[in-house]
Amino acid sequence: MNLPPAPVAGTRPLSVSTGSPRGPRRSRAAVLGESVLEWVIRLCGISAILFVFGIFFFVLREGVGFLFGGLKLGEFFFSTEWYPTSLSNVRYGVLALIVGTFSVTGLAMLIAVPFGLGAAIFVSEFCSDRWREGLKILIELLAAIPSVVWGFIGISVMNPLIQEVFHVPVGLNVLNGALLLALMSVPIMVSIGEDALKAVPDSFREASLAMGATRWQTVRRVLLPAAKNGLLAAILLGVGRAVGETMAVLMATGHAVNIPKSPFDPVRTLTATIAAELGEASVGSPHYQVLFIIGILLFTITFAVNLVADLVVKGTAKG
Amino acid sequence: MATTFGETPFIRKKRRDEAIVRVVLGLMALAMVVPLLLIVGYLVERAWPLLSLDFVFTNPTHGMREGGVWSALLGTLYLVSVSLLIAAPVGVLAAVYLNEYAKKSWLTRIINLAVVNLAGVPSIVHALFGLGAFVLFAGMGRSILAASLTLAIMTLPVIIASTKEALAAVPLSFREACWNVGATRWQTIRGIVLPNSISGILTGVILQVSRAAGETAPIMFTGAVFFKRIEEGNPFAYSLSDQCMALSMHLFTITTQVTDAPKALPYATAVVLLGSVLLVNACAILLRLRLRARKKW
Amino acid sequence: MQISPFTFSFGQGLARLGAFLSLTLLALALGAGCKKKTEQSPEGGSANGSAPARKQSIQNIGSDTMVNLAQAWAEEYANVDPAISIEVSGGGSGVGIAALINKTADIANASRKLEPEEEQKAKASTGQTPSEFVVGFDGLAVYVNKSNPLDSISLEELSDIYREDGKLTKWSDLGVKAIPGARSDDIIRVSRQNNSGSYQYFRETVVGKKNDFKSGSLDMNGSKDVVEQVGKTPGAIGYSGLGYATPDVKILKVSKTKGQPGVVPSIATVHDKSYPISRPLFMYTPGAPTAAVKKYLDWIMSDAGQKIVEKTGYVPLPK
Repeated sequence: MNLPPAPVAGTRPLSVSTGSPRGPRRSRAAVLGESVLEWVIRLCGISAILFVFGIFFFVLREGVGFLFGGLKLGEFFFSTEWYPTSLSNVRYGVLALIVGTFSVTGLAMLIAVPFGLGAAIFVSEFCSDRWREGLKILIELLAAIPSVVWGFIGISVMNPLIQEVFHVPVGLNVLNGALLLALMSVPIMVSIGEDALKAVPDSFREASLAMGATRWQTVRRVLLPAAKNGLLAAILLGVGRAVGETMAVLMATGHAVNIPKSPFDPVRTLTATIAAELGEASVGSPHYQVLFIIGILLFTITFAVNLVADLVVKGTAKG
Repeated sequence: MATTFGETPFIRKKRRDEAIVRVVLGLMALAMVVPLLLIVGYLVERAWPLLSLDFVFTNPTHGMREGGVWSALLGTLYLVSVSLLIAAPVGVLAAVYLNEYAKKSWLTRIINLAVVNLAGVPSIVHALFGLGAFVLFAGMGRSILAASLTLAIMTLPVIIASTKEALAAVPLSFREACWNVGATRWQTIRGIVLPNSISGILTGVILQVSRAAGETAPIMFTGAVFFKRIEEGNPFAYSLSDQCMALSMHLFTITTQVTDAPKALPYATAVVLLGSVLLVNACAILLRLRLRARKKW
Repeated sequence: MQISPFTFSFGQGLARLGAFLSLTLLALALGAGCKKKTEQSPEGGSANGSAPARKQSIQNIGSDTMVNLAQAWAEEYANVDPAISIEVSGGGSGVGIAALINKTADIANASRKLEPEEEQKAKASTGQTPSEFVVGFDGLAVYVNKSNPLDSISLEELSDIYREDGKLTKWSDLGVKAIPGARSDDIIRVSRQNNSGSYQYFRETVVGKKNDFKSGSLDMNGSKDVVEQVGKTPGAIGYSGLGYATPDVKILKVSKTKGQPGVVPSIATVHDKSYPISRPLFMYTPGAPTAAVKKYLDWIMSDAGQKIVEKTGYVPLPK
């Protein structure tokens, strides 16, 4: 229970309209009702656990038949040939899709991490209260833009822009997707990063400033090391967000099964493949099941990333 | 600012460096914010010729090449409200459990971890879950109900997280005072804790609405259709077992499949979607600011 | 802060919430119960009182190529028979046929013929032989950017561009010296996701039924997306429905073999089968169509229905 410490004495007296003292005046129905209600609350409390397991169970359930009966795991992980609907030679290799996912995510992080942490430091350490409020509101609104709108921007605005600016033949590519993902994952980095910096006690700052250090020296030498774990968690949560993003990458990366050689090559991601192909696959067919297996793969990746982020944060709390 | 000591070159350099850092970091923060303004401005500019109240309240016609977005907007309203009806009580009660009942134990730790992970599950995996669990296993078929349930589970962590925060902000002394006059735990929660944190809870609920309204992937296979003709002006035109159109899906469809439409049409659809989501978010922000201003303890 | 009045209203609110919840649960049970989609439109009485209380709905799912057409029909048919509501969704021919097999579609739109295997599955699932109706024709046009000087191409060349082991990768191999605006000599292949009828039909007639597409093409999500992408990318080539042409693209003449004169896709060349990549558009029903479906199909095949085919850019049935 993470309640705040008890405040100063002298809060005004409270009256409780419904609260009658425990005892004979409370009807049996009321007591029973309350205990039923408490059980409902407990059930809701553990619902998150149930749902996480439910997701894993039901996604696995649809794909498990093929996972243990027919899918060649070697081919699945190490082949770049994705031909689920071939009439002559069906191949289910997702290597190109994995590489696609991580190339877009990686480039997005290259862009987002410096900007996100920079913005977090600025908001937390360098900015007046009024600016901070304004910036945080704008960043929050940035986070609210739906991913399909990002995808639409990728197709209609960034696509010709990238062709023009970089003189490349295709505008739907890794860079396009990465720019969108960077903008989408920065807000979470800023807000978690700012929390991490704020969690460093003010006495650290005061001590450093009193020694004659500038604010920047304080940030670099004192705050960043102290908030290291929280900032790492912020980055990891950004990674998780980027790996799982669907609509924006479906529309903006070109959706080509391809190992990219440069940021200007089109790629296809795991999420986009499911979104584009699930509708077609008739329920229970191998293709349908493989898409669910990809879902399990995605679930596992993001679960691991979030788990590590959580452990890292708990590390801060201890240290 | 006047300096008390003489300005040595060392101090001047320090001060200059500090200024540079401040500007660089400020620019980084701005670089994240400017795109938002550019995007909104550009979309509105391109959508301008079509934007009107008529556009919002008429159905798409002529192969979705003309008319407005009414049937899609109404579908989104349905999905959002039904998912809210499911997610809000469960989410609030879950937060009540975590903040008011649970002791610091391994179970609480696991619940918190599950909430974080639920928030991190990719939206397309939620779609797979919705298809596997609600559409097929529970036999709901592709329907508003199945899609809303999927959305509800996806957005649950939003409500849990912000409700928890709101509950934690109620000072312990309030509860203690209540317990001292003999109120039970639940009476305290109902009488003191919830009323004092209602604004914070509402903020979370509003954020859930905004998130649910913008999602596409989870509803694509669980209840959203390409096109459905409904009666204009009738807010009860869908029923729970129907499939429906949705604004986010509609934007995807007209971007990728509808040809010969006026250039402004996808932009106008995007503006309606973005506008409603940002509006809802703005409400949450205003509520929070007001709440902060009013808070007395 | 006044607590007592707040408490009172909150308690009431809670009771109301409880009632609401139980209603939701009830609706949930009902929703799960009524799988048959005879929908009721509550408060159906509109101003003119024309809307009947009960509407029968027809589920029409399938080919993206046909989705514009199917939707135009559905829209117009609402004026012909207001008692019927037609729900159209796309996703690809495979989706429609899968829905037919899963018994979720009353009419499946397909821009290719039912595979014998699919017919078997449908029979096994519904116990009836699916009925086939030809409702129009489509010429699959080959598009290049409007700045591309090429104006004719042969099926072999197309196949060499798209086939997995095809050798044509440069525009100069086709004799195209320079495309204004293109940043490289590479042919940028624009294709469709592997569930779409267009993809499968193009494979059947151009790439070869036993062959597969070369990986690395931009696999777009819709017919319009293909044309849009070709229009925005000077070095691109793509295939899509005849009805999707825009001012930014050019339709190539297609010849059966290299050296023969190319044929422009048109109503006449599709009807006399001189244009090599044209195909009939099908609608399938699970068995013999029910009365309402039959009436709809008859109307589609009538002059009124066929006029819409022409208006949407497809090729009507010969008179």
